[in-house]
This record gives sequence, structure tokens and C-alpha cells, in this order.
Amino acid sequence: MSTAVVVVALALVAIGGLAVVVTHDPIRQAVTLSVFGVLLAVLFLVLQAPDVALSQVAVGAAVVPLMVLLAVRTIRRDRR
Amino acid sequence: MNRRLRYLVFGLGAAGLAVLFALALAGLPGFGGDSHPYRDRAVHAALAHRTANVVSSINFDQRALDTFGEELILLGSVVGAAALLRPSRRESERPAPDPEARAVPDSVVLLCTVMLPVTVLVGLDVIAHGHLTPGGGFQGGVVLATGLHLLFLGGRYPALQRIRPLAGYQFAESIGVATFATPGLAGLAAGGAFLANVLPYGQFASLASAGTVPVLSLAVGVAVGGGVVVLLAQFLEQALRYSGER
Repeated sequence: MSTAVVVVALALVAIGGLAVVVTHDPIRQAVTLSVFGVLLAVLFLVLQAPDVALSQVAVGAAVVPLMVLLAVRTIRRDRR
Repeated sequence: MNRRLRYLVFGLGAAGLAVLFALALAGLPGFGGDSHPYRDRAVHAALAHRTANVVSSINFDQRALDTFGEELILLGSVVGAAALLRPSRRESERPAPDPEARAVPDSVVLLCTVMLPVTVLVGLDVIAHGHLTPGGGFQGGVVLATGLHLLFLGGRYPALQRIRPLAGYQFAESIGVATFATPGLAGLAAGGAFLANVLPYGQFASLASAGTVPVLSLAVGVAVGGGVVVLLAQFLEQALRYSGER
């Protein structure tokens, strides 16, 4: 049972990582990166590491995508 | 160095890495086994200091020096980002954008308004109970800082700027790092080691327990919360307030 849960979580992380890689537009990539961050947090939770999962949700799913979005926005505006 | 030689160097390096990696993998214990020598010792040490959350005990007691190093790394990166992202002379401040220009859907505003107090409360809770339940200063600090930026998401950047006197958060970050060092020096004076756990341990699983762990967790929470707010502020200022080269 618990092995099945780990396998499903790992598969979701793999799919999420693939989605981040095949997304070309950096703005959309920030969104898929955020989803990937949540999936990674689920994996950490399944592997009984709730402390790491909390950090992952806060940093990987919220702060990093926000920084990517703001950076891309600044670059695009300055290019015009 | 020509192309073939470079490929040769890369091939040798990659082959060596592959061999070492395979050897290391072969020597790993099996996934999810029962034998965890480090866990046994860490849990024992955490219980000896009456810390319910073993991870916090490792972060703020057994290996507090590592956490202090991470604090300094965070401080360094925030200072570095602030230096890199400061407005240059070629940039000029833009006039304040028309508030009607960027309408945020009412549902988003409602969600942000509801979630803002909840997120701040969760952040405070995660910091305060770091030594008892999963979480601690780092997680709570990031949650707090992220929660404040729900105001920006809800389309109220001026409101965010009002509750974000940056000097205060810069002060919070440095005071957090300094506060982390203070019990460390106290440990050096009283316990003979930097960051030794010298406070009374208290009763197991009560709010006042685990000695210096909650104190250090709070210091990290203040430092990380302030640091992330300052860091995101640099990005927000660049993206929203300054226009590019004239």
C-alpha cells in the first residue's frame, strides 16, 4: 500500500518535471514550476518528511515562481 | 584546446563520474529499511533535550552551527540581490500607474482578502510551534513573507508598500541573524561550546521546552521573514516602479 503511494507520488513528480521542461514560454513555465513544486511537496510528505514539505511548498511553489515572473516581466518590458 | 581534445577530457571525466556514481549507488542501504544509525542517535539526543520535533532539534540544537551558516548565506544573498537590483542611473521612476488600468477579478481579491489573515496566522503558528510540530523558523518565515504578498496578488501594491516599510524588514533580518548569534555566545560562555543548549529544557512537548530551540527558531523566523520580504521587494520595485533605459 505505502509502496504504491510512493510510486504514484514519484510518477507525478516525473510528469510534473517533464511538463516544466517542455514548457517553452518562461511565463507559463513559472506556473508549471509552481505545480511541480506542489507535487514535490506531496512526495516529501509521502516519504514522511513534513518539515521539508513545508519548506518546499513555501519556497518552491510560491516564492521562486513569483521571482521568475517578476524577472521575466522586467526583462520583457525593457526589451521593448 | 581543440574540439576533439575537449571531448576526450569530457569523456574521461564523465566515465570516471559514472563509475564512482555506480559504486556509490551499489553501496547505499536499501530503500525504506529498518537500520538507521543516524536516526537512532538523533532521536535519542532530541529526547535528552526534551525536544518533541526531532528535525528542529537537529536544526537548532545538534547542528545549530550549520543553520547559523545558512542564515549568513541567506543574509549574503539578500544583500547581493539588493545590490544587483538597485535602480541604476539610466533608469527612471515611472509615474504611478492608473489604478483602473489593471483590474483584478473580484474573485481573486476576495480570495486574497480571506487568505491573507489565515496565511499570516499559519506562519506565526509554524514559527511558534517549531520545536513541537513540523515546521520552524525557516518555514514559518517564508509563509509569513509570502502571505503579505497576497496583497500584491489582490492588486493592491500601494497597500503592500504601506505595510512594508522596507527599512523595518531590513532591520528585522539583521536583528534576526544577530539574535541567533546571541544564545550561541551565551552557550560558549556557559556551556563551553558555541550554540550549546544552555537554557532549562522544561517539560517535554510543552510550549516552553527544548531550551534554546524555540528561541533560535524565532530568530530564524524573523530573519527569514524579513529577508524574503526585502528580496521580493527588490524584484517588485524593478518590475513595477522603474522603467528601463531612456
